[in-house]
Amino acid sequence: MFRSKAVSLLKEIPLMSGQSNLAYKFIHPAIASHGHRCHRRSVDYRHRYKACPGSVGGQTISASPTKVMAEEELPGVLILAIGGTHGVLENLASLLKKHFHLVTMKEFLENKKEMSKKIQSIFVFEGRPTIDRELLESLPNLKVIGNSGVGVDHLDLKIISNFGVKVTNTPHAVADSTADLGMALMLASARRLVEGCHIAVSPDTKYFAVDWLGVEVTRATLGIIGMGNIGYKVAERARAFNMRILYHNRHQRRKEEEEAVGAHYCEKIEDLLQQSDFVMLVVNLTPETHKLIGKKELGLMKPTATLINISRGGVIDQDALVEALQNKVIRAAALDVTYPEPLPRDHPLLKLSNIIITPHIGTATVQAIHMMAEEAIANMLAVLNGKLIPSEVFPK
Amino acid sequence: MEGQEIPYVLIDCVGGKHGVYEDHAELLKKHFHLITMKEYLENKEFLGKKIRAIYLWYHKPVINEELLQSLPNLKIVASSGVGIDHLDLNLLSSYGVKVSNTPFVVSSDTADLGMALMLASSRRLVEGHQIAVSPDTEYFPADWLGTEVSGATLGIVGMGTIGYKVAQRAKAFEMKILYHNRNRRNEEEESAVGATYCKRIDDLLQQSDFVLLSVTLTPQTHKLIGKRELKLMKPTATLINVSRGLVVDQDALVEALQTNIIKAAALDVTYPEPLPRDHPLLKLKNVIITPHIGSATKKTRRLMMENMMESIQAGLTGLPIPNEVFL
Repeated sequence: MFRSKAVSLLKEIPLMSGQSNLAYKFIHPAIASHGHRCHRRSVDYRHRYKACPGSVGGQTISASPTKVMAEEELPGVLILAIGGTHGVLENLASLLKKHFHLVTMKEFLENKKEMSKKIQSIFVFEGRPTIDRELLESLPNLKVIGNSGVGVDHLDLKIISNFGVKVTNTPHAVADSTADLGMALMLASARRLVEGCHIAVSPDTKYFAVDWLGVEVTRATLGIIGMGNIGYKVAERARAFNMRILYHNRHQRRKEEEEAVGAHYCEKIEDLLQQSDFVMLVVNLTPETHKLIGKKELGLMKPTATLINISRGGVIDQDALVEALQNKVIRAAALDVTYPEPLPRDHPLLKLSNIIITPHIGTATVQAIHMMAEEAIANMLAVLNGKLIPSEVFPK
Repeated sequence: MEGQEIPYVLIDCVGGKHGVYEDHAELLKKHFHLITMKEYLENKEFLGKKIRAIYLWYHKPVINEELLQSLPNLKIVASSGVGIDHLDLNLLSSYGVKVSNTPFVVSSDTADLGMALMLASSRRLVEGHQIAVSPDTEYFPADWLGTEVSGATLGIVGMGTIGYKVAQRAKAFEMKILYHNRNRRNEEEESAVGATYCKRIDDLLQQSDFVLLSVTLTPQTHKLIGKRELKLMKPTATLINVSRGLVVDQDALVEALQTNIIKAAALDVTYPEPLPRDHPLLKLKNVIITPHIGSATKKTRRLMMENMMESIQAGLTGLPIPNEVFL
């Protein structure tokens, strides 16, 4: 059930590509229900959307009346499936159907000849369907792959680009929920929340020991590695806990941005690692960030420090992490992501007491899932309609 | 006149499951002659007259009329934590004994825990961890969702030091903040955290996605949240309690959670603590309970000890007592 907060409204005119007077407006008004005032969040979202790279000032064109198109005339979008364990959620499928002719992998494989020409886009949800050369070769009219989520490490951008297909992601929709989860993991780990719950409900518990302690978050030092959209939102939240914020990033942020959250730039990651009580990884997974945190980096961290990962499992050398946790080189870890997901059931990480693992739920909220689909739809339609693409991802 | 003799201070014990921490005792012994209950009982006549202060660590030792009568020179009881619902203030006052607590040092940690519980509950963190590590897990399902904290409405019941710190933190998550309090805060304080005052608790309950209790336990706040209040809450709302178990009518809470009158609860405090092992709250899927760890960090407990030491020293030298609790 949606609460009264900013939910985007996609006013689209799903026309054939080529028509020049297309109008679409990706707006994010607050839903004023029961007299609630317009929420600040919606304004920020519009501002960020305008300012995102590639959108050239984000011209919003006023919407013209919607034409209702027959389903077959809508551009085809390929998805893995609707529902089931890995399929697109039912309500997201309904959203897609407003603008696309939905084709599932099953339907495609059963009728390749006819379907292959219809498919102009692919909606990749939770990393599926897998995009390989064979699939790309069988879709001559494919123009865009719209990824739900911001990480695209599961996509071979070079190969896709060679086929003249564009790739888009959803950086705006994921930011709040992922930053929230980063904070949740940091707090849960510091205060030993999962352990505490077990004690509170265990049949063996007779009393609560008074010397059972966690570590403080307020006024501790947080080192953010990767200060993009999500990293910055983590900083905004951490600042309210009076945390001292250090960050390491490919580029230093502008002074005003740093000052707004009280963040100090560490050009050398070593400085950040040595001074932080909490180290949070918020980078993309690229060849440069693969195993960014290994034995050396873990050794530089304080023995009282906690490592939090909300980026990708591949950013950490997992074997080195196991060793570091077993030997108390660092105090604890909290991971929303691992490699693979799920981990094999006999993996040593699952047996450690100083670790929290969550099943990649950074964007697993009713609101975020919906917003991601909307952002992906807007991006795909922009490509198909020859308009400015809000979030295109380019190969290196 | 005892002159420069270091004061005799009564404690329950050192170490073990509820005693004064060993490392704390080391520092305390530099300033006080610490007498354990065991030592006192073995030598009541002599020690009874010497003891001038009680260092009350986690509600122990238990202070009753009998004890007060046998400690004729008792001047001050320093109690750990902010809650003083376990003390009979009238009784202590009648014996001319002053009381101190540690209100400010616990506030940040307790506010942090309130936020931790709200985030853990809404994102189903404990459940998620169980899935991630369970031997039966073969894949992570795509339709497993929580709800967002960012942008949601938080209703804070009790806007004292702790409640206000919760508001400061929640603001950074762009939450809409409502609060209910005995007294309205001033305009500056309200606008600093973007909080809207709800004179009637009903208004707060009806509009909030998260209701957080951070009141002191008093006769007025006893069972403040009962069947009626739970019914006023949204069916999608979560109740978070970092105050005292008795602020909530626990039976009414069980019923509300079982019949989906509210969505979930996250409790750092219950009545009693721990709950009996067959209590229905322990079986509910939509509840997380933590073992009263609001101030359970090394730093804060150390600060608490230092505060208590200061209060005792002030109380025994006739100086104004930091963190004195008045009737």
